[in-house]
Amino acid sequence: MAATTVPVTAEKAATAKRAAPKAPGTPWWLWICVAAIVVFCLVPFYWLVNISLKTGPDLSSASIVPPNPTLENYKSIFQNSSFTRALGNSAIVSLTTTLIGVIVGSFAAYALARLKMRGKFIILGVVLSITTFPQIAIAAPLFRLWSQIGLYNTLIGLIIPYLTFALPLSIYILVSFFREIPKDLEEAALVDGATNFEAFRKVVVPLAAPGLATTAILTFIAAWNEFLLATTLTSSVTARTVPVAISQFTGSTEFEVPLGTQSAASVVISIPLIILVLLFQKRIVAGLTAGAVKG
Amino acid sequence: MAAAPVTAGPVPARRRSRGIPERRLANLMVTPSLLLIALVALYPVIYGVWVSMHQYSLITAGLSRWASPAGLGNYKEALQSSEFWDATRVTLIFTVASVVLETILGLAMALIMKEAFRGQGVVRTVVLVPWAVLTVVTAIMWKTIFDPNLGFVNQILGGNTVWLGEEPQALLVMIFADTWKTAPFMALLLLAGLQVIPSDIYEAAKVDGATTWQRFTRITLPLLTPALLVALIFRTMDALRAFDLPKVLTNGANGTTTLSLLSQRTFQENRLYGPGSAIAILTFILVMIVAFLYIRLVGGNLRGMTED
Repeated sequence: MAATTVPVTAEKAATAKRAAPKAPGTPWWLWICVAAIVVFCLVPFYWLVNISLKTGPDLSSASIVPPNPTLENYKSIFQNSSFTRALGNSAIVSLTTTLIGVIVGSFAAYALARLKMRGKFIILGVVLSITTFPQIAIAAPLFRLWSQIGLYNTLIGLIIPYLTFALPLSIYILVSFFREIPKDLEEAALVDGATNFEAFRKVVVPLAAPGLATTAILTFIAAWNEFLLATTLTSSVTARTVPVAISQFTGSTEFEVPLGTQSAASVVISIPLIILVLLFQKRIVAGLTAGAVKG
Repeated sequence: MAAAPVTAGPVPARRRSRGIPERRLANLMVTPSLLLIALVALYPVIYGVWVSMHQYSLITAGLSRWASPAGLGNYKEALQSSEFWDATRVTLIFTVASVVLETILGLAMALIMKEAFRGQGVVRTVVLVPWAVLTVVTAIMWKTIFDPNLGFVNQILGGNTVWLGEEPQALLVMIFADTWKTAPFMALLLLAGLQVIPSDIYEAAKVDGATTWQRFTRITLPLLTPALLVALIFRTMDALRAFDLPKVLTNGANGTTTLSLLSQRTFQENRLYGPGSAIAILTFILVMIVAFLYIRLVGGNLRGMTED
């Protein structure tokens, strides 16, 4: 499959892309491949929606469309205070983590991208290596440490370790965004008598606003998604986040997993992320690929 | 450190005269991040090493007893247990299988998305859906899809396999779920890599009579290598620490206990802090070894980022 999809006329493809959705000679096999991608990406999510609309006996049939679609599961999760509380916890933890990560990270990223300093390569290397950290190496000691100093089962107790991935992620993405901003503007500001820091604050930050927004979105998603630390460092509704809450929905017996409500909750917490993706598709892709292709 | 900046750039005189010297400012701006990282990442890891070398003592009700011999008792115990090696095997199989599958699938998707067709933007958005879906949700999703009653897999394949209840099927489901979630991410990284390959190279190769396959293996693959390696590093590191999927899919049953899951179970559910931390540190070492091997391969790319 891979071989046959090599561009037949790469140049034509490029111009067609520039001229937007006009591609007259699209071969039939390409449509099949495209359809396969769409099916692959969306059908599993459709299945989740399908299950979430079933209750009672329907929950044991594999019908493609729910025979008696109902919003019962959605109603029940929103009446479940531990789920709504978890939504709030997740929002607080993710937003705070994002805010700290992007602000603190943007300083470091600017220095690494633009200013003269010793050991840039080493610093960036250290920051990057933190992103490969297995979370478990932090979770195990923190589980004990937090119990001793009273941070166990608190929102702050989650936000602090979340910075271990939020900061490196922000720095890594922002370095490549800052490097794309033309230097002339900063230099003009410096000629006009601005200090380096003023140039950063008044010239670079406004210009990098789209990059900062992208970084914020990616950091937010990473924090919203986090599960290992959240499940290790929380024990009750006080600090439990959404992924943990959903994973702990239980049936009355071990074998009766409440897949209906679990699916409904899954759909609900995926919606904010899917909206983000729909709105900021181009930016997210730019952020994800930042630095990856410039080597 | 506080020395005036070495004259460089077009405006040396002005730069020197105003504000904090550049190098000092750079240090000031980097310091908060480095301090925070040291505090939230480095300190716990060092503390974890300390915990891993100790045993719980009933007398002091704390971790006061040195795990003999020489504090490495917990490590020795882990390395001699079949549980640890089973988890290592599961982690490595999962990592290799899912990364290989994701790369092949991601590359195929990238090559398709690179073509011009109506609705390209829509497809690029659709591809982000699996990436945006939480890992926990991904696990629940595939649990329902592979469910013998609720799912469609058995309907299509026939038979009545209890996928998550058997070995090695449970691991297969886990690999499949991971591939679904991350192949699109791979595809986007590779697509970005494909888009920077100049099209005239293909034209030239065509003029010289290169076949489609030759153009793929001689142009596309070599020029895509940097993007491919970066994507591979990200994915491999992620797969080696897999926790969410096995925890939610099976809770480690039927041959799906990864190293992270084994460690978490040991120190949290069984409250064996020392042995659990030892497994966490061993996982960390494994990840570092793999990262080191990769960095040796792509060190040049990383260096390129910090150069002007």
